[in-house]
Amino acid sequence: MTMDRDCSEALQTTVLDAMNNTKALQLVGSGSKQFYGREAQGEILSLADHRGIISYEPTELVITARAGTPLKEIEAALLEKGQMLPFEPPHFAGRGTIGGAIAAGLSGPRRPWGGAPRDLLLGIKLLDGRGRILRFGGQVMKNVAGYDLSRLMAGALGTLGILLEVSIKVLPKPPHEHTLTFSSQEQDGWSLIHTMLRKAIPITATYSQGEQHKLRLACHEQRLKQIQGTYGMLTVDHQHGFWQALRDQELDLFQQQRPLWRLSVPPAAKLNLPGESLNEWSGGLHWLISDHPASEIRTLVEKQAGHAILFRNGDRSNEVFHPLQPRVAELQQKLKQVFDPKGIFNPGRHYSHY
Amino acid sequence: MHDRQSLARTFRQLLPDECVIFREEELIPYECDGLSAYRQVPLIVLIPYTTDQVEGILKYCNLHQVPVVARGSGTGLSGGALPHEQGVLLSLARLNQILEVDCDNMQARVQPGVRNLAVSEAVKVHGLYYAPDPSSQIACSIGGNVAENAGGVHCLKYGLTLHNVLQVTMITIDGEKVILGCGGYDAPGLDLLTLITGSEGMLGVVVEVLVKLLPIPERQQVVLAAFDDIETAGDAVAEIIAQGILPAGLEMMDNLSIRAAEDFVHAGYPTNAQAILLCEVDGTDDEVSEEILLVRKILLQSGATQVRTAVDEQERIKFWAGRKNAFPAVGRLSPDYYCMDGTIPRSQLGKVLKMIGEMSERYKLRCANVFHAGDGNLHPLILYDANNPGELEKAETFGGEILELCVAVGGTITGEHGVGMEKINQMCAQFPDEELQTFHDVKGVFDPHSLLNPGKAIPTLARCAEFGAMHVHAGKLRFPELERF
Ligand SMILES: Cc1cc2nc3c(=O)[nH]c(=O)nc-3n(C[C@H](O)[C@H](O)[C@H](O)COP(=O)(O)OP(=O)(O)OC[C@H]3O[C@@H](n4cnc5c(N)ncnc54)[C@H](O)[C@@H]3O)c2cc1C
Repeated sequence: MTMDRDCSEALQTTVLDAMNNTKALQLVGSGSKQFYGREAQGEILSLADHRGIISYEPTELVITARAGTPLKEIEAALLEKGQMLPFEPPHFAGRGTIGGAIAAGLSGPRRPWGGAPRDLLLGIKLLDGRGRILRFGGQVMKNVAGYDLSRLMAGALGTLGILLEVSIKVLPKPPHEHTLTFSSQEQDGWSLIHTMLRKAIPITATYSQGEQHKLRLACHEQRLKQIQGTYGMLTVDHQHGFWQALRDQELDLFQQQRPLWRLSVPPAAKLNLPGESLNEWSGGLHWLISDHPASEIRTLVEKQAGHAILFRNGDRSNEVFHPLQPRVAELQQKLKQVFDPKGIFNPGRHYSHY
Repeated sequence: MHDRQSLARTFRQLLPDECVIFREEELIPYECDGLSAYRQVPLIVLIPYTTDQVEGILKYCNLHQVPVVARGSGTGLSGGALPHEQGVLLSLARLNQILEVDCDNMQARVQPGVRNLAVSEAVKVHGLYYAPDPSSQIACSIGGNVAENAGGVHCLKYGLTLHNVLQVTMITIDGEKVILGCGGYDAPGLDLLTLITGSEGMLGVVVEVLVKLLPIPERQQVVLAAFDDIETAGDAVAEIIAQGILPAGLEMMDNLSIRAAEDFVHAGYPTNAQAILLCEVDGTDDEVSEEILLVRKILLQSGATQVRTAVDEQERIKFWAGRKNAFPAVGRLSPDYYCMDGTIPRSQLGKVLKMIGEMSERYKLRCANVFHAGDGNLHPLILYDANNPGELEKAETFGGEILELCVAVGGTITGEHGVGMEKINQMCAQFPDEELQTFHDVKGVFDPHSLLNPGKAIPTLARCAEFGAMHVHAGKLRFPELERF
């Protein structure tokens, strides 16, 4: 096992040096999400050695860890106390660090019910592009003192600074979860799932691909039987590890070497997608394999109040994230200036303009 | 210096006459928000009908460097909507329409002036509701909720405003409309929606909000547990969580608040208890029955002297009425009260309450404690009489000391009411200079001339230097006995 270590000082020295020489740094945790975002530039700065759980207080529902701590290690510690990371972060290729999970802002199948990294991040220790170590937020659930600059880091892809430490809200893990499966026309499947959600059936994940649908429910067996009785045609699925395979993109659809799009839309959006796809989050997240032009895919989701990310493969020198309203892009650029005026962190990884 | 009469003339060209309030006597009702100890008559009050009018007002103010303070319903408890003597008080009260209810997506698009409770009332027919429920929910506005990231008694399970808002349309100080967030579960780019939420009207004016709706639970049930000792009650809270239960609400009141609430609404509280816990669970009928049994067992094992499950819906509402009316109830005990809002790690509760008790004796002011126990958010209510010379100042010093104690034990000076004007000095205790400077820099990104709510939420570094010098008496920090976080 690797030793827990606090590398803050060494990292600070590296950052100060990069700042003084205007040298780009490419921040890397375990490297599990190197495929994600625009083409990375700069000298690799590994954060994997800066690791270790700093504090974990199960009754406070919060864990604080250094950014390089492997997700596996965090999840194992939580599981011991019957708790979990509610956003069910993907561990691509079995890897992933907590810092990378927060910086990428990605969540797994539980997202609509458990929240996203931004929802669960309570506080951070940040090493910014001026070499300053700053603390925002804290370890308590409710905190509105000052602007919420910690949550701003979730999904910023390391462009604003290095997350040295993160404090995250955790939740009890449901003692029982079951998977139900059914087949039906795509629209009927969605309607059934939606009806169940409106009735507050304890769904914690959904999956639909063509006529095949799966639901994950957090309830005990008796309740599961009741639900089956009420909604008919749902059979218990004993296949082990399905949701993990969906989360980590190990299903067949994800194995293709063609452009993989991630489309985030309101769950009831009706999309006529040009390619092979599956969806989760009760229709709020679609994964699409398609060689169609980016502009067409983007227009399609924009009409439905959503946005599209070129998630894997394809042209990564162009924009992969959805274009922003010009004023919003300007605000982002100015925020980047606040934290990283020399533009040393992951330049161009998020958008070409910063 | 801006002149009231000429500003009134200008704005009457921009807006219908009834939208421009400038006569001294008509301005008085706007001189304070829910924190009435701070008062300031604004130069002028504007109450536009439309988003376009808001844009026009901001453009003018930006061009002519007129400060602008946004106001929702004015229930804020930190002076966030306290007017600026040289500025416009911009009331969003007339932007009060629910624009769209989308049951398929379980969302509603509302204007900022819509009252919090009005959203749930409007979607009830669809079996849906809007989860954040601040105790002020009959009056406070959604815009104000976004600006403060308001919480409520159900946020342990259902989250704060932040977790229940999908998109915000905001007008920047130069009158431009920006849309933050998306119709789905996430949005592209940096998450500016999280930054705007809780930004206290400092970064822009919220003109439209897309909120998330949830299905109304089949059943809600509440258990009331009495304790002889407040620390035991605190441990019971930890035990419930340790057992893997996530109650919909978990609230605590101390003896003084119990008695006040009982006198006021006859909630059926045991007035001899040192503390009570209200623990609500929700879900299907069976789930609730099962969880209630478990909660009762844990509470009894944790030393509760009495555990009562509400016998019917009427009693459940009564139990909650006591808690939701705790502020006004305590208000009846004394001519004035001052509500604090610190958050602490729950494990520190016993220690913090004991120290607050000692302060109360030292300042010779009574203090009642109401506590969102599930999420560690403490509301000490300091009782005072503003007519007694010096008593308000004493209450403020007492309050400041409580907040600094919250910081010292690893918590924060405000869990849900915001910094506003009130806690500006305590911000210096919570944040070092570099963090404060970063806040100012972020403010500058959105509002370079500092026209939106100037002087609030983030203290200047000079102010902190002064405050610090005044504060660290003879080189001694407050609470030297506590480990620093
Ligand atoms: C009895 C009582 C109980 C309370 N209980 C709770 C509680 O349980 N939980 C809780 O969180 N709070 C509570 N509060 C505090 C208060 O109700 C909340 O902070 C609420 O969110 C304020 O909403 P408002 O519409 O009254 O805002 P206001 O008081 O009018 O304004 C609050 C702040 O928001 C800004 N603002 C308002 N509207 C906008 C807008 N459209 N765009 C930009 N900025 C805007 C203002 O400038 C100001 O800084 C309570 C208050 C009272 C009096």
